[in-house]
Amino acid sequence: MQRVQGFAQRVKASLQVYAVGARIAMLERLQYPLASLMFMVNVLIEPIIYLVVWSSATAAQGGAVGGYTAGQFAGYYIIWTFVRQFNLAVGPDSFNWRIKNGSLAGELLRPIHPIDIDLGWNLGFKVMQVVYWIPIGVILWLMFKPEVNPQGWQLLSFPIVLMLAAYVRFFVMWLVGLICFWTERIDSLIELYFAAELLFSGRLVPLEIMPVWAQKIAGYLPFQWTFYFPIELLLGRVTMSEFWMGVLAQVAWILAAYVGIRLVWVRAVRRFTAVGA
Amino acid sequence: MLRPLKLFGLFARISILNEVQYRANFFMQVLQSSLSLGTGLIVLNVVYSYTDNLGGWSQAELLAVYGVFVLMSGLIGSLVLPNMWAFMEDVREGRLDFTLTKPEDSQVLISVRVVAIWRLVDVLLGIVVLGVAIGRMGLEASWWLAFAFAATLIMGMILLYCVLLLASILSFWFVRVWELMEMMQSIFQAGRWPVGIYPDWLRLGLTYLIPVAFAVTVPAEALTGRLTPELLAGTFVFTLVALFVTRRLWMFGLRNYSGASA
Repeated sequence: MQRVQGFAQRVKASLQVYAVGARIAMLERLQYPLASLMFMVNVLIEPIIYLVVWSSATAAQGGAVGGYTAGQFAGYYIIWTFVRQFNLAVGPDSFNWRIKNGSLAGELLRPIHPIDIDLGWNLGFKVMQVVYWIPIGVILWLMFKPEVNPQGWQLLSFPIVLMLAAYVRFFVMWLVGLICFWTERIDSLIELYFAAELLFSGRLVPLEIMPVWAQKIAGYLPFQWTFYFPIELLLGRVTMSEFWMGVLAQVAWILAAYVGIRLVWVRAVRRFTAVGA
Repeated sequence: MLRPLKLFGLFARISILNEVQYRANFFMQVLQSSLSLGTGLIVLNVVYSYTDNLGGWSQAELLAVYGVFVLMSGLIGSLVLPNMWAFMEDVREGRLDFTLTKPEDSQVLISVRVVAIWRLVDVLLGIVVLGVAIGRMGLEASWWLAFAFAATLIMGMILLYCVLLLASILSFWFVRVWELMEMMQSIFQAGRWPVGIYPDWLRLGLTYLIPVAFAVTVPAEALTGRLTPELLAGTFVFTLVALFVTRRLWMFGLRNYSGASA
């Protein structure tokens, strides 16, 4: 009984930490509306480029390319913009500057795990991003006339898949970021990571359209569960069995990354020498 | 006219001497540039595995567009952007005062101070991609083509310099403009594809607001024989106007700068 109570208390404490972190992030976003808007443009330019490219390609091919119509491409990339707001994560390079400018030293002194600080902050950030996204989503919807036909179960399960997608990306990136404790020169590594994500997540191009070798590689990586899977689900292109496979893969990747973080974190902190405290 | 070039040569030498101390950075840059080049080429291939023309451009022609894009990113990334970042930092920290007291034109000084030489790797890669594209297009070399390409490339670079400097000048009034710079850099990515494929509102923005069209598409058009003399003349006039406006706004901005250390 005592243990259950202790656990409940810990959960409650964590939730409080998240709530506070989220509130801070939301206030920050509100404080700089113009900066938030520009950040949004940054995030949106990429899908719009590819939406246009594939629209031109379908127009040149007379209606459809690789099983997608122009309307489905539009749907794919508009849902992309929505999914992107949710799977925004703390970049792996954030550890680099947190170590360099010494703010990590301060974070380590607190009785909270830094990942909890990030989780809360990231949550608030997402909420505000979604708020900023709504008008843009409406405009894009009207402009590009997407074809989105989810069935009832696909629509209902989308929020869960979206949340899982967000946390696959968050935990995997956090784990990758821990490399910063071993080396400062991780720029190239981060580049490699993001190049892989671009190609194997369905971020640039729907995976189904990628060559077979790329689809095979994507099967071994976590990326497709953060973009391709939720997008395809809402587009109405995922079967029931694919759905269960996907959810299972998402949960597995979250667990794997979480265990990875627990294992690596203890060793990482031991290597850390405070700077500028 | 020669003085700015001499200054540029001087600062470039210092930059190079500075950077060759860190040769590991060269290999990092090679790795990063090859990665992004590889990603770009894969996507280009995927698109052209489903269609043989995009907005009237063949695969070889689009490879030329991509080559110009990589080349231009390298030029801007090594010669222009580092200077803009340094300038904005100077305004924020109040170090611009030291530049203003020097007996040279301040706009020239802040524009030529830094050369990020390793970014020139992209220039080389861009030239290689262009070479391959030209080979595939079976281009007939002519003086007009070479001249039009070189001229549009230089004017495109000047136009991008003007727009980036205009954005940086805003830091005289709003100290925090790096988000704007980042936004412009990501919009520049749209230049990987010919601007003709974009919807009207976006194409206009990419032509006049952030002149991606002039910087990448027009030189590529010159190379693929689509450039008319009228467009070349128009580009020239637009470049002159942009230079003039930028100069004016620089002077105006300077009058607003109140210094931080004085």
